[in-house]
Amino acid sequence: MPLLKVTIDNIEVEVEAGTTIMNAARIIGGKVVPPAMCYYSKLEGSGGKCRTCLVKVAQGSARDPRPMPKLVASCRTLVQDGMVVQNITSPEAMESRQAITEFLLINHPLDCPVCDQAGECHLQDLSYVHGLQETRTVEERRTFKPIDIGDKIKLNMNRCILCYRCVMVADQITEKRVHGVLGRGDHSEISTLIVKAVDNDFSGNMIDVCPVGALTDNTFRFKSRVWFAKPMDAHRKCSKCSGKVVLWMKGDELLRVTGRKDKYGEVGEFICNDCRFEQKEKNDWIIEGPRTIERHSVISQNHYEISPGESVRMIK
Amino acid sequence: MGKQILLKNIDVPGLADFQVYRKLGGYTAVEKALKTLSPDQITEEVKKSGLKGRGGAGFPTGMKWSFIDKQSEKAKYLVCNYDESEPGTFKDRHIGKLNPHQLIEGMILGSYALGANTAYIYIRGELFYVLKILEKAIQEAYKNGFLGENILGTGYSLDLYCHPGAGAYICGEETALLESLEGKRGNPRIKPPFPAIVGLYGSPTVVNNVETIAALPWIVKNGYEAYAAIGIGNSKGTKLISACGHINKPGIYEIELGLPVEEFIYSDEYCGGIRNGNKLKAVVAGGSSVPILPASLILKTAAGEPRLMSYESLAEGGFQTGTMLGSGGFIVMDHTTCIVKNLLTFARFYRHESCGQCSPCREGTSWMEKILTRIENGQGTMKDIDLLVDIAKHVEGNTICPLGDAAAWPVASAIRHFREEFEEHVKLQKCPF
Amino acid sequence: MQDKNNIPEFNRETLDLVNQIIKRYPQGRQKSALLPVLHIAQSENSGWLSPEMMDYVASLLDIQPIEVYEVASFYSMYNLKPVGNCVIEVCQTGPCWLNGAEQILSHFETRLGIKPGETTPDGKFTLKTVECLAACGNAPVIQVGTEYHENLTPSKVDKLLEQWKSENKKSHTNPYL
Repeated sequence: MPLLKVTIDNIEVEVEAGTTIMNAARIIGGKVVPPAMCYYSKLEGSGGKCRTCLVKVAQGSARDPRPMPKLVASCRTLVQDGMVVQNITSPEAMESRQAITEFLLINHPLDCPVCDQAGECHLQDLSYVHGLQETRTVEERRTFKPIDIGDKIKLNMNRCILCYRCVMVADQITEKRVHGVLGRGDHSEISTLIVKAVDNDFSGNMIDVCPVGALTDNTFRFKSRVWFAKPMDAHRKCSKCSGKVVLWMKGDELLRVTGRKDKYGEVGEFICNDCRFEQKEKNDWIIEGPRTIERHSVISQNHYEISPGESVRMIK
Repeated sequence: MGKQILLKNIDVPGLADFQVYRKLGGYTAVEKALKTLSPDQITEEVKKSGLKGRGGAGFPTGMKWSFIDKQSEKAKYLVCNYDESEPGTFKDRHIGKLNPHQLIEGMILGSYALGANTAYIYIRGELFYVLKILEKAIQEAYKNGFLGENILGTGYSLDLYCHPGAGAYICGEETALLESLEGKRGNPRIKPPFPAIVGLYGSPTVVNNVETIAALPWIVKNGYEAYAAIGIGNSKGTKLISACGHINKPGIYEIELGLPVEEFIYSDEYCGGIRNGNKLKAVVAGGSSVPILPASLILKTAAGEPRLMSYESLAEGGFQTGTMLGSGGFIVMDHTTCIVKNLLTFARFYRHESCGQCSPCREGTSWMEKILTRIENGQGTMKDIDLLVDIAKHVEGNTICPLGDAAAWPVASAIRHFREEFEEHVKLQKCPF
Repeated sequence: MQDKNNIPEFNRETLDLVNQIIKRYPQGRQKSALLPVLHIAQSENSGWLSPEMMDYVASLLDIQPIEVYEVASFYSMYNLKPVGNCVIEVCQTGPCWLNGAEQILSHFETRLGIKPGETTPDGKFTLKTVECLAACGNAPVIQVGTEYHENLTPSKVDKLLEQWKSENKKSHTNPYL
């Protein structure tokens, strides 16, 4: 199959047929990559919902050079040969991204100071770059009571942006889904309807895929800000998953176990609940060394210095 | 009264009965088609007739059919969109209630043209009593050999079923409708792929509106030339207009496209003028989603030409001074109407009907409703009016499906044409009506 | 419906209807029958869908209970809380509003002594507001079960209420029967 040529923000790249604009941009890397709040490459059918990755297609293809009439979701639009895309070079796309960010925030509690996700929150990152300085809404925010779904997972629906990722995790990597999106419109919520524990070997991955602080790890609750914790690559022999994880340490204390996330916040391999919740002693693990993480909002502060590339390394 | 195609026999007593419909020439189009025409010939007829989708989008029907993946090994489906829910639109209910066989005959023709052996009529759940009329008529069609195996001995087979919705305007969007027909939430799908390639159960599918399908028997029977001879410009044929609001004769009218708007509103043959001799203030010409126009711009275009009931003429001037034919839901408001309150009811509607899947629609529709509620109750500010315009601008075009546009256009157009009325609400700190 | 230890079960006749509906969809696509079967289930359960009833529907269609919950909570015709015998749904969208829907609604409120979303203490009536019922030419419009009542006036409302009271109106009858 011949490769398709696509230009994104004046940078040309060749990709295989069937590649989305988003993934073409990820091949280029850096600032031309649109933010993804709902798309998750490991989850089939994800994307298209949050609308933060909208870009302008200035030229549809070499064969049909007409521009696309509306902004398109880069995560769900396939590259055509000769396509010309504008992301950060399109004032229209930037304006809409600012608007989408505002939409995502008008019902958000803005409770970052007490949210465990702060520092590794994609909504926080998005609002740093695209948020308005002032809030233009005076309306009352939608509120829900935080609940436990299972003994290890906290659901704080107030922070949810309805990306559907956790629903897809339950559908695609667990045996049985007991939670979903209930209600509709601005009353939609992630719920089990009647109190039911989300209880299966892989449910903890819902925490890892959640882009915001809606689903957090009860065993890590209020223990530390993530930027005070040191992430270490580690592994163990596990019969259920690869056993490859990141340990979040404070001195010798193991605060939290997560999957290994790439620079787009996606885990490489989903891990089981046993590794995540039950192996909380340092000795349970073979530690490989400090984890290199991409400079990523405040999480990269404190213990890191900027290395020549974009990524930062932990100071030992 | 112009040419009557859809409503010609609507007043005949017992029309819903198979024998009555048959005596009036019913099902002869099916006989003609199945015995003398190939599926492609029918598609060609429909293409040349100029028939456009009557649900609101106005997409050429024949062209929509031609996108279907005929090479696919999978089953093909025709689905009738009977989810009539656009405020101001009540034409489809009329057809199913009084002339169900016309719709069934159209379904057979469309299915044959598309190579579909199973077809569904997706009807909004509130209209269960119409569903039962349809199901009875379908049974009659089976009994008389127009549905089922080997129709009229031609070897063509078709099963037709009704499927009820359960209260969701969004299921009028064709991919949400298909999701709903699959027993899921009515979340519109992300397109492409379009239903013609990946539709119901992943199979090639065409979704057409009731009125569109009901026009097929006449087109097949009389030929495309006869249909295309009616109307004006690219607006061919007749259109059902559901007229409501402050008029003397609300109801469903079949008009030849091209009828002057003024004649439609004031002639005794149609709306019969404004109630109580009141003054016309504004019209929403094509269902709640399309831009509202003040009296001056609905009767005449900005260039001073008489405004006609056609796709082109109603759109003349773009959204600055024009609107859309849409679904033909014609809502008339007299001078006693508060434009802000009317808009608030629309905003509430779209907030209520947003599926909640994408953020601009979920958050934008509810934000707009809240602001409008404040303005209507006298708690709005001048800044709120501009904020509404800004929100509408950013909902429009940024959503998965057209509901975002449908929610944004009424807000933007009401402020565009009646800004002083919003300002008055703010200044007086109450509704002046 | 027989109620054995709170686990709902349809009678033979209703089960036949359900199976007949399932057959309208291709093999393996029995989930398609969810909306029609939920209509039936609601009518068999005093007009609302209890979690037990939804779980029963899930078992009939061989799908997960959550798949039923997410659908039942999406569509406005399904009630997830108990309702009165007669649910009165008043349209309030633009065209009905233009023709006096607010007056009709407030007349119902006064006569029944309840607000939208509430049920009369005797359990006879529930008042609901709904969005466009697509009968705008005959506004104002209400729906009760599968019936539409159109061109309403306060005096028509009075007559309807009298009639419903005297006949102990139930709005939740099996819509297919």
